[in-house]
Amino acid sequence: MTPPRWLALVLWLALMALAVVIVGRAHYTADLSAFLPRAPSARQQLLVEQLRDGPASRVLLMAIEGADAAARAQLSMATARQLRNSRGFLTVNNGESVNDARDRAFVFKHRYLLSEAVTPEHFTVGALTSSIDDTIALLASPVGFALKSLLPEDPTGETLQVLNQLDRSARPHTVGGVWASADGRRALLVTSMRAPGSDIDAAERAVKTIRADFARAQDAASGSTARDARLVITGSPLFAVAARDTIRREAVRLSILSTSLIVTLLLIVYRSLPLLLLGLLPVTSGALAGIAAVAAGFGAVHGITLAFGITLIGESVDYSVYLFVQSTRTANGAFDTARAEGAMWRTILLGVLTSVCGFASLLPSGFPGLAQLGLYSIAGLVVAAAVTRFVLPGLIPRSLHRRNLTPLGERVAVVLRHARAARWTLGIVAIGAALVLFVHRDTLWNRDLAALSPVSARARALDTRLRTDLGAPDVSDFVVVAGDDLQTVLRASEKVAARLAAFVSDRTIGGFDSPTHYLPSDAAQSLRRASLPDSSALRLRLKAATASLPVSAARLEPFILDAAEARAAPLLRVSDLEGTSFAAGFDALTMHEGTRWAALMPLHATEAGTQPSAAATDKIRAAVENAAPGKAFLLNLKNESDALYSSYLSEALRLSAGGFAAIIVLLLLTLRSPRRVVAVVAPLVLAVVTVASALLLAGRTLTILHLIGMLLIVAVGSNYALFFDRGAAPHSGGTPSLTLASLVIANATTVVGFGVLAFSAVPVLAALGATVAPGAFLALAFAAAMSARPSAAR
Amino acid sequence: MRKACHLLLALAPFMAPLANAADTDFERLMLLLAQKTQRHVSFEEQDYLSVLDRPLRSSGELLYERPDHLEKRTLAPKAASLILEKGSLTVQSGRRTHILPLSDYPQIAPLIESMRATLAGDEAALQRIFKVDFAGSLANWTLSLVPLDAQLRNVVQTIRIEGDEAELHSVTIVQADDDRSVMTIGPAVPP
Repeated sequence: MTPPRWLALVLWLALMALAVVIVGRAHYTADLSAFLPRAPSARQQLLVEQLRDGPASRVLLMAIEGADAAARAQLSMATARQLRNSRGFLTVNNGESVNDARDRAFVFKHRYLLSEAVTPEHFTVGALTSSIDDTIALLASPVGFALKSLLPEDPTGETLQVLNQLDRSARPHTVGGVWASADGRRALLVTSMRAPGSDIDAAERAVKTIRADFARAQDAASGSTARDARLVITGSPLFAVAARDTIRREAVRLSILSTSLIVTLLLIVYRSLPLLLLGLLPVTSGALAGIAAVAAGFGAVHGITLAFGITLIGESVDYSVYLFVQSTRTANGAFDTARAEGAMWRTILLGVLTSVCGFASLLPSGFPGLAQLGLYSIAGLVVAAAVTRFVLPGLIPRSLHRRNLTPLGERVAVVLRHARAARWTLGIVAIGAALVLFVHRDTLWNRDLAALSPVSARARALDTRLRTDLGAPDVSDFVVVAGDDLQTVLRASEKVAARLAAFVSDRTIGGFDSPTHYLPSDAAQSLRRASLPDSSALRLRLKAATASLPVSAARLEPFILDAAEARAAPLLRVSDLEGTSFAAGFDALTMHEGTRWAALMPLHATEAGTQPSAAATDKIRAAVENAAPGKAFLLNLKNESDALYSSYLSEALRLSAGGFAAIIVLLLLTLRSPRRVVAVVAPLVLAVVTVASALLLAGRTLTILHLIGMLLIVAVGSNYALFFDRGAAPHSGGTPSLTLASLVIANATTVVGFGVLAFSAVPVLAALGATVAPGAFLALAFAAAMSARPSAAR
Repeated sequence: MRKACHLLLALAPFMAPLANAADTDFERLMLLLAQKTQRHVSFEEQDYLSVLDRPLRSSGELLYERPDHLEKRTLAPKAASLILEKGSLTVQSGRRTHILPLSDYPQIAPLIESMRATLAGDEAALQRIFKVDFAGSLANWTLSLVPLDAQLRNVVQTIRIEGDEAELHSVTIVQADDDRSVMTIGPAVPP
């Protein structure tokens, strides 16, 4: 029973109006969040924050090449000076010491609050003797020149101790007063953006500022050689900007290209503009409904979901193709959709349900990106099919004419007979494909997150080169300490630091950074302050301590004064760091949202550059996580993100298998014949397996996008297989030539649409295209070849 | 005659540096120093610092390897070491280790460079930082180094190095406030 045409039209218009409103109001995001888990463990949550906003996500490395060393140094200094004046950067380092005077004054003033050596025992007679003796010994070294004026105020050497706490192991070479590569041919700069790495707009501004400042420095440079210098930039913020630009550009370019190709194709087939426009109606309705559903279901629509919108065109355009092509014409040449509305709709309905089963398997995914894609596809397909079924027939003008496609169908029928005759070759294909999959069984899936990275190999090579030049290998291991307020986090960080110090002494790691080196917790500061003896006690102890030393207690009177002052001084606050490089150091190692704080403690490799072994890493992990249970975690950025991706892939594989099982059950229930189910499913499975093995033979490993592509092969291909199944029914008289024509046309649009994607520079889109385009074609070819001879011909 | 020619040709590479530009004793000294690729000698040092009541005495060994590895191992009165390598100075004394990137210490770097450049026979490096005066003969020479940079002269007045051909005998550093350190260099330490 068909509902009245006008009701369908009104409902459709209302639905579209609603969708337009939702789509217009929807929030669109472009950060990494779609591909990060939704309800992760505390550990994963920290990792996700790190990936998005951590220190590594903010660092931009720069190299100045060309010209001569003097010009490069001049440009480095001029660029750095301008960058330091801009608000967008937390730190700008090029090897110049700019904050030195202020830093040293700060360290000297607050040495008793900052020095980790300060304990009550530090001021006993014995300890004083030994620390003053150490300081005096240093006076006989070149360091003594800088140190001897400090002796009267700081005989225990706390200033040097504080400077020493800051990790300064890995330093690049210096040429002309600025950092340079080991061969001296590039000047190097390192900056850290103020904004978190997930703020791609800020990253874009930062990169622009750097280029503009460099150009200005070049214009202002005195020497003419400065004009020959070039600036190269690398780092995650740059990658994020480049990736966003590429995806945007590609998504637009490829959508336009594939849409125009599909439109041209349909125009050639239909030879009717109104028919073409009507045919695009279900596609647009579906896309609109899909975006609206995602916006309503998830609150925000991810950019990548939109980019995948292209995939929907591939399947939803097929429905109108089936309708237009399979409809016969009345005697006067006008459309009679009535004939098509019987068995054809049942087949399409089953095809839609099959696709829905496939995509529904993505809905429970813990990763919003996949779940969004699933919901988008389901809503889009259902709406596109419903519009084709209920709205479109009512809109086709009675007078509309379509080119006669029966000849095309008849030619296809001839090909089909040849294909059937050659069906034995499918056995060989199946065995070959299975063999390839078996050989590659352990390396089928690429579990490296970099496989999805839109960053080109060349850009990655440049990045590695600059990092090597800087002697700053990737910060891959680091401790994250999270807590409900700053003091909790700082206290926990100090506990962790105490444990890490042991690994530094035994050379397991070269060193580590901690925000507590820049700002100790209130608790630690109070303890240190309370460790200072009062003036009379200190004076007595100094007298005893210096008895055997070449310095008299009387000379150290300024020390007693400073200690008395330090005993009464207020504790250091975050605001006290302002104006020194301590502020930048602290900001770079802390993150906070509201009152929740996280501290980062990057670990550095030893001077030899060796990373700790797996066993050593486990030991460090245990020590760290025992020091502050539930607050501190040791993370390895690469391992953890790969593990995250791997779990995401495993989950998607499991869910897809579930979806496949659901499809089988659905077909069993509707077709009521295991033989028919096999006939429908076998060509799809064979197509998927063949494409997968071809990709492997081409040297690719499969990623999650290939998996989505396979799901799409099943979704699109199921329609083909079901039409052939219907044609094989005992009383059907075989697959009619118009149906054959519609299948070929539908298939051509799909292959064209996805074929364009295969040439994309974005790996994610290329993977999808390279899977679906050949897969859809093979699904049709295999379904045709495996279809049973129509009973009428027997 | 032909034999003599061959001999001369064979010797030529060794004679070249001597025959070349070594016009003055200073240049000859620099060439001599440059030929020593490594040294391992003992030293005794006395530091006269006004802030201390009595001079500091220390002794130990000096190690040098061309072109820029310099190590001062103090053995008495207490063990300490000072290692210059790749532009950073590692100071170890008692329980403490300090790593100082020389670029961060513009007032120390030239002083270390004076020692390194002298040992390396690196004339250009010396002339870049100091006004260099050569006195005496190759067999008994004195190099006086006065910093060119006025700020540096606020730290160090002069550095005086004495020696005999490629062997150094003493290094005296006179600071701006008249504090002095005198290092007497002894014979090579047997390996």
